[in-house]
Amino acid sequence: MRKTCLDMVYELARKDRRVFFIGSDLGIGTLKQFKAEMPDRFFMEGVSEANIIGIAAGLALEGKIVYINTIATFLTRRCFEQVALDLCLHNANVRLIGSGGGMVYAPLGPTHEAIDDIAIFRALPRMTIVAPADADEMRRLMPLTVDYSGPIYVRLGKGGDPIVTNDRTPFQIGKTIPMRDGSDALIVSTGVMLKPALDAAEALGKEGIEAAVLHMPTIKPFDTEAVIERASRAHAVVTLEEHNIIGGLGSAVAEAIAEANFDAPKRFKRIGLPDVFPDKYGSQAGLMARYGLTAERIVEIVQSLMQPANAK
Amino acid sequence: MSGSPILAKAPPINTTLLDRRSKEIRRKIVRMIEAGGRGHVGSAFSLVEMLRVLYDDILKYDPANPRWRERDRFVLSKGHGCLALYVLLAEKGFFPEAELWKFCKSDGILGGHPEFGKVPGIEASTGSLGHGLSFGVGFALNARHDQASHRIFVVCSDGESNEGSLWEAALCAAKHKLNNLTVLVDYNKQQSYSTTYEVLDMEPFADKWRAFGFAVEEVDGHNIEELRAALRRVPLDSQKPGAIICHTIKGKGVSFVENNLNWHHKNKVAPDEVKALLAELETD
Repeated sequence: MRKTCLDMVYELARKDRRVFFIGSDLGIGTLKQFKAEMPDRFFMEGVSEANIIGIAAGLALEGKIVYINTIATFLTRRCFEQVALDLCLHNANVRLIGSGGGMVYAPLGPTHEAIDDIAIFRALPRMTIVAPADADEMRRLMPLTVDYSGPIYVRLGKGGDPIVTNDRTPFQIGKTIPMRDGSDALIVSTGVMLKPALDAAEALGKEGIEAAVLHMPTIKPFDTEAVIERASRAHAVVTLEEHNIIGGLGSAVAEAIAEANFDAPKRFKRIGLPDVFPDKYGSQAGLMARYGLTAERIVEIVQSLMQPANAK
Repeated sequence: MSGSPILAKAPPINTTLLDRRSKEIRRKIVRMIEAGGRGHVGSAFSLVEMLRVLYDDILKYDPANPRWRERDRFVLSKGHGCLALYVLLAEKGFFPEAELWKFCKSDGILGGHPEFGKVPGIEASTGSLGHGLSFGVGFALNARHDQASHRIFVVCSDGESNEGSLWEAALCAAKHKLNNLTVLVDYNKQQSYSTTYEVLDMEPFADKWRAFGFAVEEVDGHNIEELRAALRRVPLDSQKPGAIICHTIKGKGVSFVENNLNWHHKNKVAPDEVKALLAELETD
């Protein structure tokens, strides 16, 4: 997904002279072709992320469209104030491409795991947050980032994530994508969690529970209308994200459902990291299993929510 | 406890006399503080001459078209010094002078820190320190890319120089040999709590800027001729960004405000204090 994203930045830059790229201290050879062909719009400015956000804001105020790539945690945690003030307050057309959304960097430990990035940026006025599910969806997203107004955070999954999206529903920033219908339960997911969500819905179907799957590649601006419309038809709603259960997709959906004031309350559960820093290394898949971000666990949770209250 | 005691450095002295115009600008600042009931008095007084020379003699701009592409870009990175900037912008016609008397009021456009998009002539919202120089580097890189001849000027403060992000921006400016970028440092040797020597000593300050790759000049920041001469020499070096260290006095112009940290930021200015301030700034 990262490769597709950066390849797209190169392609967009070839077509549009307003497109600039700034990296911090990225891996050798990153966007080599971009640098060779358009050196005047390619910058590698060192391990000084705060300054990179500021100079991108300066360029954006002059009419440029600036794509920044570095590790997600450095953009979100370290540069929070620069993002809030330099980008959001100025509504600057800067696109933050955060490598290693969620627990991609499992072997590197908690300093590199972006488990709070959505929560951090969701609190910022004018920020847009997108988390595509796979490389194909990334390819549909990126051209839309050129003429979009204001800052965008693009949360990258790991490379080689299975392709689960399709182009039946045109990609629009700010819109949900219904992936599966079902009248019993609703699974709302974002980013690469779409795959376990679809697997869980499939398994639930075999158990006689029809689960809809709503994919939210855009977390902000939040498509409240679509979420409420889908939730209104479900008995139970679960959210699924590779993120702390505090402040991310689950919180956003919970807020929307709470304020929808349905006559009959919904059964509801957030599935995500249980407010911890991951305490083991290994692999992203290993950490997901450790924290229950698996199809099996989603099935169990949906089944339990579908039980009558007095049976639990 | 061991070692030698920290020697308190004496407060800076500056005997440069203020002319009629410098006093008039300060009188307007006092009237804004009176209207708004608050403001960073000392911080504004220390940069009056720097801004005055920039806007009178150096910067290219068009108040009728504040976003004119060929204008020089000016960023007040020490946003809390904005009272002085607002007075200059009003004098030059960026907005009506009546706005000055609505300082910090709900129906005004001028707040305690300058905002982009709200105040004509403001290139970047500042207030949190350590942001403005990065904006300036971005503007300068853009000008170079577009082969535009306009220049970029950023005013930073000494306390602001405590921020690591400022030095990140300085490294970046030097790496790109941004000779279209000039930093003016308001070096009044006082920050909010105490002297810069006591809170976080930046000395040797000029050497730091040199070591970071800047061409450096030091001037009396209240001396119009010195400021003008230095700014007219910009670019100080064709291969480097420039830093003009302006030795100033916090609160310059009023005896009981000079070097008096109680006047760094005032949120209750009594009528008799306003009277005393204006009395010292009489233009005879």
